Amino acid sequence: MAVCGSACGSNCVPKDTEGEEGERLKRLSLEEESSVRRCTKCAEEEARKECNGLCAGCFRAYLYGKFKLAVTSNAMISPTDKVLVAFSGGPSSRVALEFIHEMQSKALACWDASNSQALPVFTVGVVFMEECNISDELSDQADDVIAQIRSIVSGLSPPSKDLHIVPMESLFSSDLRKLVGSINDATGREDFVRHLRMLSLQRVAFEFGYNKLVLGLSASGIARHVLSATVKGQGYSLPADMQYVDTRWKAPVVLPIRDCLEQELVTLCNLESLKHVQVHDKRCTSINGLVSSFIARLREDNSSREHTILRTAGKLKPFNFNKFSSNQYEYVPSRLRPKFQFIETGEPESPEVLCPICASPLTATELATTRCSQQMKGLNIKEMEAFYLSCCQSCHFQILPKEETSMSCDGFFDLLPKPMVKRSLLRLVVSYSMHFSTFTTTTKPFVPNKLG
Amino acid sequence: MEGVEASEKVKRTTPRLCSLCNQRKAALRRPKTLEQICRECFYNVFEDEIHRVIVENNLFKPGERIAIGASGGKDSTVLAYVLSELNKRHNYGLDLFLLSIDEGITGYRDDSLETVKRNEIQYGLPLKIVSYKELYQWTMDEIVKAIGLKNNCTFCGVFRRQALDRGAALIQADKIVTGHNADDIAETVLLNILRGDIARLSRCTSITTGEDGPIPRCKPFKYTYEKEIVMYAYFKKLDYFSTECIYSPNAYRGFAREFIKDLERIRPRAILDIIRSGEDFRISTTTRMPEQGTCQRCGYISSQKLCKACVLLEGLNRGLPKLGIGRKKGGSGEDQEQSKWHLENRALSLHGKHGNVEY
Repeated sequence: MAVCGSACGSNCVPKDTEGEEGERLKRLSLEEESSVRRCTKCAEEEARKECNGLCAGCFRAYLYGKFKLAVTSNAMISPTDKVLVAFSGGPSSRVALEFIHEMQSKALACWDASNSQALPVFTVGVVFMEECNISDELSDQADDVIAQIRSIVSGLSPPSKDLHIVPMESLFSSDLRKLVGSINDATGREDFVRHLRMLSLQRVAFEFGYNKLVLGLSASGIARHVLSATVKGQGYSLPADMQYVDTRWKAPVVLPIRDCLEQELVTLCNLESLKHVQVHDKRCTSINGLVSSFIARLREDNSSREHTILRTAGKLKPFNFNKFSSNQYEYVPSRLRPKFQFIETGEPESPEVLCPICASPLTATELATTRCSQQMKGLNIKEMEAFYLSCCQSCHFQILPKEETSMSCDGFFDLLPKPMVKRSLLRLVVSYSMHFSTFTTTTKPFVPNKLG
Repeated sequence: MEGVEASEKVKRTTPRLCSLCNQRKAALRRPKTLEQICRECFYNVFEDEIHRVIVENNLFKPGERIAIGASGGKDSTVLAYVLSELNKRHNYGLDLFLLSIDEGITGYRDDSLETVKRNEIQYGLPLKIVSYKELYQWTMDEIVKAIGLKNNCTFCGVFRRQALDRGAALIQADKIVTGHNADDIAETVLLNILRGDIARLSRCTSITTGEDGPIPRCKPFKYTYEKEIVMYAYFKKLDYFSTECIYSPNAYRGFAREFIKDLERIRPRAILDIIRSGEDFRISTTTRMPEQGTCQRCGYISSQKLCKACVLLEGLNRGLPKLGIGRKKGGSGEDQEQSKWHLENRALSLHGKHGNVEY
């Protein structure tokens, strides 16, 4: 709007405000009244307030972009893979499933269109683990949940995906409910169910021929894990469970939505009406519950706190099993292959010894204590004692039975699932030593075959 | 386990015996282990654990002059008492002094200083008082008037650290000991995780810091619970000043403290577990860490060209209260509390964005 002060010498005449100017002003004021804010990225659509100034489309693209970057830069999925997605029904794993489905559909479209069809499209299966018979959860809603899950997965085709609904107790011959119920510590109970869950997922993957396991663990979930592990004294093994790739298992575990916050994933589910099952907030008196509410409080104070926690923990040294070995990168384009096959110079790392219950690497102190006790007991060591000696201190405190508990050490050991017992390092050493007449102490750690 | 204990309580008609000596009546429940023990056994086990920490970590050598950072609060009073006891009992051969800092907080510090002066007489340890006014020409009251209540803890903490070193140098001390307890260290570990300060995270669990500097400092109470220190002081009827600093309510540390108090209720050993986790953290070699150098202006230890105290002081003297507080430009969205660990120096270039103060 041209406004001339009295200093203007030229003979300008004030514009007629009733003409074009007036129209423009009216439009501007209307927009201001309705306070329409444009998306900061595309500047076309309306910005949603829950999407940090982006429109719904750009927000989805932003999250999908993070997913895609994680998958490609870590070579998580190759064309010949059979991928199993662990679906709990919650918003995080729902989004993971949705994005994997989208990636698969795009790959299928490319394959359809290509002439040679040389590279196949990876197959995807979905597994839902039923745990209501193990822990004290509401089992009356189980049927509704299962029906919802079936409808969700059947809606995700083409290409169609196998759905496996597996009750956890059907996988192992022991009485898991009694086993879990015998653990006195509430936190220990929750953590033990989590370890059982991983064991079960690996079992399902093995039985149905899957070679990768996808978990819908978000940045918020990892932030919770970082604090819980710190509080339980697991600072050494903390980096193991939070990297993109975890090859401790027969079916390596990958975390494609590791960089997305839970809030963002919930928002996406709401925006796109992605059906998911409401995960009930249990009133838990465990450390995990306390950490959850602490992080929620921090998030209210500063929404980027979870990212900061993730970034701090990301500066901790990962383990050698947190990347694929060089021969697993066949399908990576040759120009990128050197990035993955680069082996760090320096002293070769000896393989980590893992706790048979939680699979976390043992610290040097724990290893020394184990070997010391093993030497003291010599050949007279019982299988149960050998197993208990090989567990980490955290599992010792919160999971394994102590003198005051109702169940004896023997009783607990008998109820443990066989695959868990098989993992025990000392058991293997003892069985080897019984085979040979002389008992020799191993100076180099004996690493059992891949867990599974 | 709760049910078993409850039924045991109902059954018992005779008072419970101490679980350590099985002779005297149990007088208290030990916060660290939840054992029911008598008073004498508590004193023994408390003092003995500290003695073992001192011995196993080689904290002292015979003939050393030790400055005890004394504020008049429970930690430093108990520290002074226990150290002088153990010094006599186990013949450490140490020369102990009390070193106190006067920040110039009326209604708080002047009262607690009276307590320290009484401690000087009660424990027979010579006292040296150093004040912010003589070192920096600013008292905390004046600083708060200039900058408000949001970042005052930053100023006080940075200044106090230097003041302790300067005071220790004045009395020719070989080491400084402070009363940081297990709860403090656990809170610091958590805070450093929450704030993304990987450099401090790697150092904050060390029992001795600054060994390559002129005056190392150590924390004999590293594995001692705050609750036990309070209990010890109460039962021994030690003279200490128990009010919180009047400027402290807005400190970010309060978040972590509340969390740890809740945690201790669920699992008492979690505090020691946090410290153990902090000790076990291994930093990736690709992470960039700050390099240690000296301040160009005062010669104090620093990872930047100017030490934090010099920067803050300059800010105060030039009437720029935010100098040294907050990130470098481009830090939109981060809260002011992040400031304590990042240096904003407008005049000089910087190596990195990590803080410079050793803790």
